[in-house]
Amino acid sequence: MRIVFKTTYEADIRLFKHGAQAFWYALLLIVAVAAPFLLGDFLTGEATNVLIWAICGMGLMLLVGQSGQASLGHAAFMAIGAYSCVLLESAGVPFILALPLGGIITGIAGGLFALPVTRLHGIYLAIATLAVSVMMEDVIVLAEPLTGGVNGLIAPDIEIFGVNFNRYGNASGLYWLILAIAILIVLAYRNIQRSPLGRAFAAVRDSEISAQAMGINVARTKATAFAISTFMTGIGGALMGHFAGVFNQETFNLVISINLILMIVIGGLGTIHGAFLGAVVIGFLPQAIAFARDGLGSIFHFGSIAIPGLETGIFGTILILFILFEPLGIYGRWVKIRTYFELFPFARRDMFRRQKSYLKTERIR
Amino acid sequence: MSLLELKNVTLKFGGLTAVNDVSFAVEEGEVFALVGPNGAGKSTIFNMISRFYTPYSGDILFEGKSILNKAPHEIAGLGIARTFQNIELFEQASVLQNMLVGRYTHRRSNFLTELLFTPFVRREEHRHREAVEKAIDFLDLQPYREKLIAGLPYGVRKVVEMGRALAIQPKLLLLDEPASGLSVEETQDVAFWIEDIKKVMGITVLMVEHDMHLVSSVCDRVLALADGKKLALGTPREVQTDPRVVEAYLGSDEEEAA
Repeated sequence: MRIVFKTTYEADIRLFKHGAQAFWYALLLIVAVAAPFLLGDFLTGEATNVLIWAICGMGLMLLVGQSGQASLGHAAFMAIGAYSCVLLESAGVPFILALPLGGIITGIAGGLFALPVTRLHGIYLAIATLAVSVMMEDVIVLAEPLTGGVNGLIAPDIEIFGVNFNRYGNASGLYWLILAIAILIVLAYRNIQRSPLGRAFAAVRDSEISAQAMGINVARTKATAFAISTFMTGIGGALMGHFAGVFNQETFNLVISINLILMIVIGGLGTIHGAFLGAVVIGFLPQAIAFARDGLGSIFHFGSIAIPGLETGIFGTILILFILFEPLGIYGRWVKIRTYFELFPFARRDMFRRQKSYLKTERIR
Repeated sequence: MSLLELKNVTLKFGGLTAVNDVSFAVEEGEVFALVGPNGAGKSTIFNMISRFYTPYSGDILFEGKSILNKAPHEIAGLGIARTFQNIELFEQASVLQNMLVGRYTHRRSNFLTELLFTPFVRREEHRHREAVEKAIDFLDLQPYREKLIAGLPYGVRKVVEMGRALAIQPKLLLLDEPASGLSVEETQDVAFWIEDIKKVMGITVLMVEHDMHLVSSVCDRVLALADGKKLALGTPREVQTDPRVVEAYLGSDEEEAA
């Protein structure tokens, strides 16, 4: 196990704890950048899809993992991001401006939505956000002159300074573009985590009453969390719209919201790694299920018939298994395995067991 | 001018009068204690000063100005820090992060500069950290800096909460039962700290405490309450020997006879 001897406060502020960590992340970056050369166009496309999911997931992760607010309706904000970005583009705004503007519009919408709604807690907040997701589908259909209704919108090819990032024509280019955006969002996320705002999020998550006593405006902090979260998710939604090429209300339906939640829980709540690991699961599991179904079909000769609800069923089962056996998600499991080997043979079974907290009965709300 | 003044404050929960026409003033530089049996209204008074409750009538003045028009989150900014009877720490954060939250009222960066983590934000972080380290040194919390609150024993949590309040660098510190649940040795530490908070840091302390040994050794003045009413105000000795206070704690002779 590596022990870092801290000699400056900077040791707790900088992004990487020590040189070895920086080295591993640099290696990961090199692999990520080189990926299109190693993978074919098809797999590069799939990797792009995973990155887009990870961007949306980081948005939700910030909200749920950092500030402790539930949202079952983040697909609605993906939709706002996608529609506002594409509509701006069709009004002549270049993509490089339309994308952040789309994100900002989504962020403002999220912040305004949060002001009344975050007065609710727990299950009630979840239901309110669920309602947004349900309503958004209808709103998109009803606002046909703007959104194209059920026919949807066609996203133009992404073009930046004359370079075309078509999904099929320039698969690696699109991948690199989205990788760069994902890295920028990771940086922003890390910056929030290590600054007063990130600590205010944690304070609001763990004890609203004492956050107030520390001078934190709870309503405003929650709205800020929603705004930043929906900004990131809006960017992700806009990218997903472009990646899909054509999108309508179905592209951002309730299932997408649920997938996002699944993703961050399976990946590991409260960590950036969790968003990426969860995105890999969500991105590749449908393919894996299809492969497995075809494989089993050819062995047992039931052909390649579609089994309705199979995917949802498997997702649900995985989620339940994770909540029961590994609430900290894939990333939590990875940390445990790593610690086991770092401390070998001194790791103990109950190292990660947290002490129960007492005296929480007389809280004032 | 008194630092904190309560003027004829009354608070009712439905039909129950929790605090009944209580007035007292805390002078700058003193340690002032509220004592009384359970349900006397001590913590309720704290929660009114923190603006979690609004008095039914009366006024609360801090540095001569009414704080009744302030929201709960504006109180810390005025220079009033507090701890809670049941420890309200941020469970899933480290001791260091908890104490850094105490620096929130000194935050000068906004969310845009923090998003970019500009050099200014970095300098601010160093400044906050220095202030927190002073509190850590003062309370001997060095071994726990990186520990999550969720895994800490009760006694340490109590101290961390006091440290977080000190990180605010307040003018007035409200301590809600600082010694409850602590061992004799830990209570002695608390007594020393309160002395130093008063003498070295120059912070005025208002505390609720049941441990009369602690109260009589560190407090300058004591207000005894019972059933939301003011019973006696004076030095610890005066209050302890006051017949009304004795009656409130032990019951009167007549009651015994009946």
